[in-house]
Amino acid sequence: MLVPASLDELLASVAADTRADLIAGGTDLMVEVNFGRRSPESVISVALVPELKSWYRSGDEVILNAALTYSEMMRPPLCELLPALAQAARTVGSPQIRNAGTIGGNLATASPAGDTLPVLAALEATVVLESAEGGRAVPVGEFIVSVKRTSLAPGEIIRSVRVPARRAAQEFLKVGTRNAMVIAVCSVALVADAERREVHLGLGSVGPVPLRAPRAEELATSLFDWDEGVPRASEKELARLAELASEAARPIDDHRSTARYRRHAVGVCARRAFERARLPDATGRRSVTP
Amino acid sequence: MTLAPGTTSTRSAPAGTAAPSAPSTLDRPGMTGAIGSSRRRPDGVPKVRGEFAFSSDLFAEGALWGQVLRSPHPAARILGIDSTRARDLAGVHTVLLAADVPGSPTYGLDRKDQPVFASDVVRYTGEPVAAVAADHPEIARRAAALVEVRYAPLEPLVDPAKALEPATPPVHPDGNVFRHISLVHGDVGTEAPVAVEGSYEVGMQDQAFMGPESGLAIPDGAGGVDLYVSTQWLHVDQEQVAACLGLEPTEVRLHLSGVGGAFGAREDVSLQVHICLLALATGRPVKIVYSREESFFGHVHRHPARMWYRHSADRDGRLVKVEARILLDGGAYASSSTAVLSNAACFAAGPYKVPNAHVEADVVRTNNPPCGAMRGFGAVQVCHAYEAQMDRLAAELGMDPVDLRLRNALASGDELITGQVIKGTAPVAEVIRACAAAPMPMPDRQGALGEDGGRNGVGIGEESEEMALPGGAGRSADARRVRRGVGLAVGFKNLMYSEGFDDSAAAACRLERGVVTITSAAAEVGQGLVTLLQQIATEVLGIEKVVVAPADTGIGSAGSTSASRQSWMTGGAVEIACRRVRNRVLEIVAARHGLVAGLLELSGGKVVAFDGSLAEDLETALGDEVVEETVTYCHAKTMPLDGNGQGDAHVSFAFAAHRAVVDVDLDLGLVKVVEIATAQDVGRVLNPLQVVGQLEGGIAQGLGLAVMEEIVLEDGLVKNPSFTDYLIPTALDMPVVRISSLIEEPEPGAPFGAKGVGEPPTISSTAAIAAAVRAATGLPLTRVPIRPEHIALGGD
Amino acid sequence: MTGAIASAELSYELVVNGRHHDVNGALAGESLLYVLRNRLGLPGSKNACEQGECGSCSVLVDGVLVCACLVLAATAVGREIVTVEGLAGPGELSDVQEAFVENGAVQCGFCTPGLVVAVHDLLGRLPDPSELEIREAISGNLCRCTGYGRILAAIDEVRRRRLGELP
Repeated sequence: MLVPASLDELLASVAADTRADLIAGGTDLMVEVNFGRRSPESVISVALVPELKSWYRSGDEVILNAALTYSEMMRPPLCELLPALAQAARTVGSPQIRNAGTIGGNLATASPAGDTLPVLAALEATVVLESAEGGRAVPVGEFIVSVKRTSLAPGEIIRSVRVPARRAAQEFLKVGTRNAMVIAVCSVALVADAERREVHLGLGSVGPVPLRAPRAEELATSLFDWDEGVPRASEKELARLAELASEAARPIDDHRSTARYRRHAVGVCARRAFERARLPDATGRRSVTP
Repeated sequence: MTLAPGTTSTRSAPAGTAAPSAPSTLDRPGMTGAIGSSRRRPDGVPKVRGEFAFSSDLFAEGALWGQVLRSPHPAARILGIDSTRARDLAGVHTVLLAADVPGSPTYGLDRKDQPVFASDVVRYTGEPVAAVAADHPEIARRAAALVEVRYAPLEPLVDPAKALEPATPPVHPDGNVFRHISLVHGDVGTEAPVAVEGSYEVGMQDQAFMGPESGLAIPDGAGGVDLYVSTQWLHVDQEQVAACLGLEPTEVRLHLSGVGGAFGAREDVSLQVHICLLALATGRPVKIVYSREESFFGHVHRHPARMWYRHSADRDGRLVKVEARILLDGGAYASSSTAVLSNAACFAAGPYKVPNAHVEADVVRTNNPPCGAMRGFGAVQVCHAYEAQMDRLAAELGMDPVDLRLRNALASGDELITGQVIKGTAPVAEVIRACAAAPMPMPDRQGALGEDGGRNGVGIGEESEEMALPGGAGRSADARRVRRGVGLAVGFKNLMYSEGFDDSAAAACRLERGVVTITSAAAEVGQGLVTLLQQIATEVLGIEKVVVAPADTGIGSAGSTSASRQSWMTGGAVEIACRRVRNRVLEIVAARHGLVAGLLELSGGKVVAFDGSLAEDLETALGDEVVEETVTYCHAKTMPLDGNGQGDAHVSFAFAAHRAVVDVDLDLGLVKVVEIATAQDVGRVLNPLQVVGQLEGGIAQGLGLAVMEEIVLEDGLVKNPSFTDYLIPTALDMPVVRISSLIEEPEPGAPFGAKGVGEPPTISSTAAIAAAVRAATGLPLTRVPIRPEHIALGGD
Repeated sequence: MTGAIASAELSYELVVNGRHHDVNGALAGESLLYVLRNRLGLPGSKNACEQGECGSCSVLVDGVLVCACLVLAATAVGREIVTVEGLAGPGELSDVQEAFVENGAVQCGFCTPGLVVAVHDLLGRLPDPSELEIREAISGNLCRCTGYGRILAAIDEVRRRRLGELP
């Protein structure tokens, strides 16, 4: 059991024991430990590593350090910079979980239902990895390889996540069969990037990894009024958008829902996310009338 | 507050609001102010301080930890068990198998068909196979995993309909049908001009109490054992445990420790036998605490049901005949299945006058998890069906559903479909009228958020309208696609056990130095019986200092804390015991002072004479003298059902109506229950605050069954044995409960006229919510829980 | 914990409710909840799910509301831990505890300690929460008995009392 007090110390510990489990908020790892499914023989806690806490702006990017908690994502001014991430964070578990769980943990667990992951996909986030040997940056889509599997190499840790902080509309919708504290049946994150004039859609819980919906994104991009900062689409076009989002999903049947419902619901959510999207003006205010 | 006309004994409760004031306006103190007032729970202070000892909080010097190994298969032959590796693990003290059970190898509430440990065959996923005691819970868990069981999996029988087929091989030597009831009432050949029929389903619900099963067994060194456990019925546990241990009941003493909720799930034996076996085998105290996952496998569930109904009526909406076919899945072992089926059959037609009825009901054995008692006990499943049928019939007749129900409502003096005439109170029309008259919640969401769907850059932490819409925190709703629906349902069930199972309740009242001690074996499981027993003692004796002693098997059985029976039964025993103590005290004091006992009264802790000639403190009046009375209370006798399902099988009935208002996201199929209004037949309110608590809590469980709670099975495997996936309502799911009216028509024969209040809130709340969702969507939705896909894809 | 039970015994010190406690011979995987309940004699925090889905074990660690079942005990060294047992002095009740008893917010009581801690946290951060904010704040604390109605009533009473709206 190690509790390093600096990033260097942490990297050295991880290099010395490449099989060790890293624990941050414990909201995933401790469940495994409590249920006897994982050995905590060697655990390295990141709780006291100051370099992994908090976040900062760097140019037109926001750097989210790995131990940033969900509760911290929900607070201003970060929630104003990344509203979809804040909304996704708000749907994670309970207040207690949000106080403990971290963005690095959500990435490392790489659950198909990880709530921030579709947001990171839509933001085209970059995961910054570090080891005693040095660092590398990996697009989030390459970082998450399959169900609960990442491209994290032995001796490597998640250092931070880089996301663009450009003028954009951001939305996040999550479907669950309870009004709070529920695993996503499906979720959709939308980012309408005013500078690149592109709409991105991240789909959660409808595939082994967070998915993008390229054809739906293309349509949404063409339907968005970039000058006014509002969506402009007919009922037929919105229905087509939902259909394209549904087609991008690769859902399964499980005890939480059916593949058919997930496919349907992800389309509904994509359409609603698009309908809600409003670009903020230069002062950060979002227009309210289409 | 709108009161129903003609219900003079009705009192109105405060309208439900977000944070309703304590319903002190309901208080109507009795003679001493004890009965009818919202007295505080005596265990409230230790509970809020974290000092109340639940069964999982008990510790004993040198205690070992027990762990049970369970079958991963729903059906398999056991080819062999090797526990060598488990025994060899450091820190392991014993590993027990079926061969180590000295007494009866099986136990059960009704039939002793459940093995303490499976030896040759396992019949459900989670069936116990072995138990381990070790120094640390983690070592115990590891040791259990090291017990090598060789299974030959069998094709599981998981379809209850298949279990009924004669060609299906029996899952157990006793056969696959636990019970069949053929109920024939009136002339079942009668035809009527209007008929509606439908098929309905109810999924498997779990009681999901918060405190997982746990206990501490301490060997007494003389071959016996003391078991501290959370249970609903100490004596029925004692009897079963003693039989399995091969001991006399007096050698197995049970003590009630803090119970973290029950709702039916603690009526059956879970860890009781295992923990005592481990303690006796090791000679050490043994503690077992189930994990949440194990808890899902360690207790019975609510029976899933498949039901077919045909209601026939005349054109004025008078019910002429109800026909029903009911099939309950009892799972692998009998538990209380036969009694659950009896309730389902007896109450199959609902609280309505039905001159002709034909019900064929079965409960069968399968390789699914065993099912048994849960709040509402057989009455919940049929209510879902018969109330949906009543709405169907109203639609067919073009009648208002409330009018249809009122036209057919049972009343005192009417006959049930079992031929039993209701001799007590039956204010069915009153609960319907009061519930229907409740004002509607505001605002009407529809359109309230405007064209924009209320969207104007709502930020985190701000009040978000979307949070209040279906989908809640996920903010998935589009207000323009949300529809409101309203549904009303009525239900009823029996109070106390039935069909000749007339169990009594014993209680003692002891007065010593001015302090009253009440002793019984009745299980306080959270419902507040301890408060009521104090109130009853104070009411009768005029003494405020009342202690309710811990419950154990040192006194006679109190019967089970179930079937809404303890305030009547143990309450009745305490009332009589206290009256006897009172009379003896007055006689003693009268004799000492040469007065007539009849002219004395106990009041405010004093013995007083009506003429003012005496006013003496009890402590002075009695000195060292102890006055104690023990009473065994019995209710009116009941009879078994005859071959046609007819007979006076029940003691008393309680009725309730619920009106649900829901918002439904038509595209996503998500439901937000906006409000539940209710009116309930309570006989008399003993403690208003506790009544409100029972109503709100029971409704929450009804809501859960309506829209989210279900144990999901796949080929006999439980897919969601955790609080991550077995969803119970959170504070964001449970709406305000508007208690429209508590109907107080004192029940003849019941202590203080009070009826049990715990179960009716769970019976028709589910049906009301289902009706409201049907109203919002126009879909038939015949199965609960209603899942989002049933709504969103229902039209496909 | 496989294979490491004997070898991974740990000793450390925890500060709970202002008091120092020595923990000796603990296993590496023990949660703060396990240590509180089974090693420190503080069973007030309850064990209803051990996966952060019920809130029964809610405690404050460095002033932050968390589930004790998800805190690896050995990582709580040097941090300030407050449990339900530390909310009021001996024989006393905090205003939240008093309101829970008085308003019928307690039935079986298994969820109560966690809820009481969560409500202290909520009203400490947000003195005048809306109904929706209260519901969201306690949405991680499951209660199976009450349907939450009397719990909300109790919270509202404390809110009003602290704001001076009630005597």
